[in-house]
Amino acid sequence: MHMADALLSPGTAAVMYAASGAAAGISVYRLKKQDLTEKVPLMAVSAALVFAGQMINYTIPGTGSSGHLCGGMLLSALLGPEAGFLSMITVLLIQCLFFADGGLMALGANVWNMAFYGCFLGYYLIWRPIVNSGLFGGDMKKKIALASVLGCILTLQCGAFSVVLETTASGITELPFGAFAGLMLPIHLAIGLVEGLITTAVLEYVWASRPELLAGVEEKGEAKSSMRSVLAVLLAVVVVTGGFLSHLASSNPDGLEWALFGNTDGGYSANMGLDEEDFGVSSTAADTAGSIQESTSFLPDYAFKNSDSAMGTTVSGLVGSAIVAGTAMVIAVAAGRNRKKTA
Amino acid sequence: MNKAEQALFELRHMDELQDMDSPVHRCSALVKLIAVIAYIITVVSFDKYDLSRLSVMMIFPVLFYALADISLMTCFRKLKIVLPLVLAVGIFNPLLDRTVMLVIGPLRITGGWISMITLLLKGVLALTASFLLAATTRIDELCGALRRLHVPSIIVTVLLLTYRYITVLTEEVSIMTDAYHLRAPGQKGIAFKAWGSFLGQLLLRSADRAQELYSSMLLRGFNGEFKHVKTKKESSREILFCLLLLVLLVLLRNYDLAEWIGKAVTG
Repeated sequence: MHMADALLSPGTAAVMYAASGAAAGISVYRLKKQDLTEKVPLMAVSAALVFAGQMINYTIPGTGSSGHLCGGMLLSALLGPEAGFLSMITVLLIQCLFFADGGLMALGANVWNMAFYGCFLGYYLIWRPIVNSGLFGGDMKKKIALASVLGCILTLQCGAFSVVLETTASGITELPFGAFAGLMLPIHLAIGLVEGLITTAVLEYVWASRPELLAGVEEKGEAKSSMRSVLAVLLAVVVVTGGFLSHLASSNPDGLEWALFGNTDGGYSANMGLDEEDFGVSSTAADTAGSIQESTSFLPDYAFKNSDSAMGTTVSGLVGSAIVAGTAMVIAVAAGRNRKKTA
Repeated sequence: MNKAEQALFELRHMDELQDMDSPVHRCSALVKLIAVIAYIITVVSFDKYDLSRLSVMMIFPVLFYALADISLMTCFRKLKIVLPLVLAVGIFNPLLDRTVMLVIGPLRITGGWISMITLLLKGVLALTASFLLAATTRIDELCGALRRLHVPSIIVTVLLLTYRYITVLTEEVSIMTDAYHLRAPGQKGIAFKAWGSFLGQLLLRSADRAQELYSSMLLRGFNGEFKHVKTKKESSREILFCLLLLVLLVLLRNYDLAEWIGKAVTG
């Protein structure tokens, strides 16, 4: 899901830098209040671990492909959201500089799409409420599994949706917004599920051998009312994503096909998804592209009308990104209030 | 070679490139960082049909790679990560935007093709710039520059330590992967049953390692503030170079040099 510089306009990139910068600023501020020195080496080693962990191919049973680890959820479950977020920033910066994965200008957007949702939304809305709830009769392993899978799916969906928003706001692609979202979201649904299962396996192992390493797990169960807000948010996410999924459901009944399509395009598969060596049928991509074109109706003049006005694209870029940032802030504030109430 | 080994190889290769000596290598990290960011912003700011003005921007990588004595091919090898993603987004442009913009004899070039090529070129040029920065600047110099740009100390410190530990942990993953595959021949990845324990074990060992690292840092007098390399102040020549480059970028952004050359040649 690493966005390249070319996929963003400078205006959108700047907005995303501002949003990620604000989140980083708040994280630094909050960490400074705690005893930070002890956390620094752990943050660095954990970040390096996420980087190294992404080099491991996990075989997905029943298919010939393999998946990778979900960094944001793992780091926030180990370090807490703020330290996890800063660690993810360094992973993304190193990937961008030394492995040409992402881009310097797109770093703000990549941090937002991959680190912000995974660390903050994933931690406050999913990880902490679920592991401290009374679900499954207090069976921690099941709670970890639910939190990891839900967390990875939700945060990847948010990330993928942001990629669509940012690219569309930048006026890069002629692909209509709905069709682009219809492409990205189902692919990342499959990827999120696999990543969630891998993250589950790793976190359950940690829980079994060194439970004190997991962040946000409290001795006593947290008030169950927090579950209600989690469910409300999840319901909203499901309704929104469901809308996009149903849009293309008829022409593409199988989610795995979308994952395959993601593979043939490469890029996504390198970091987020499945092993591209197993696939590589260019005709599938061409067929799918054809079917999307049919299902979304052909609009030859779609982007040409507003393509001349560079002003228009910049303004829409700002508006679109501001909406994402605003929504996220509202959720973050709501989560914070909820936390205070339950604390 | 497994994936982890591949990554290690790439990291070592970058280290070798950074250890070379050239005017670009000697240039202050801060100046390089500003120049690269200004260049990338200029490149991506061109309109999607503005191929002619964008093409002029190719001069920069060619010139600076020659100055740094690094082959552009080393950078192009990294394109296999970036280009597929850019292509995946741009590939629909020729299908959806069919307005003919240019007619050369029997050939009718549509807006979609022009915007796709522009997008790909933007991807390539942006990559060449950030790769040159990474290939000619050591991580401690880069961290020094980030610190001078007031990036919080904790982020810079974590970045520096992460970079050091990436090689250590990736090497461990590489050894573990090889060991696993020797015991499970013919298996492509890590089997479902071993998913948790494989990375989990490394994670537990890493947590212990972090604790040891922290103790040793404390013994050396670490108090939360990492002492970064003191970068020397930019010389007046470097500042002048930076300013000239910025002016040049603004000029090339607003005036079409390619068209002037074309007109001068065609008359």
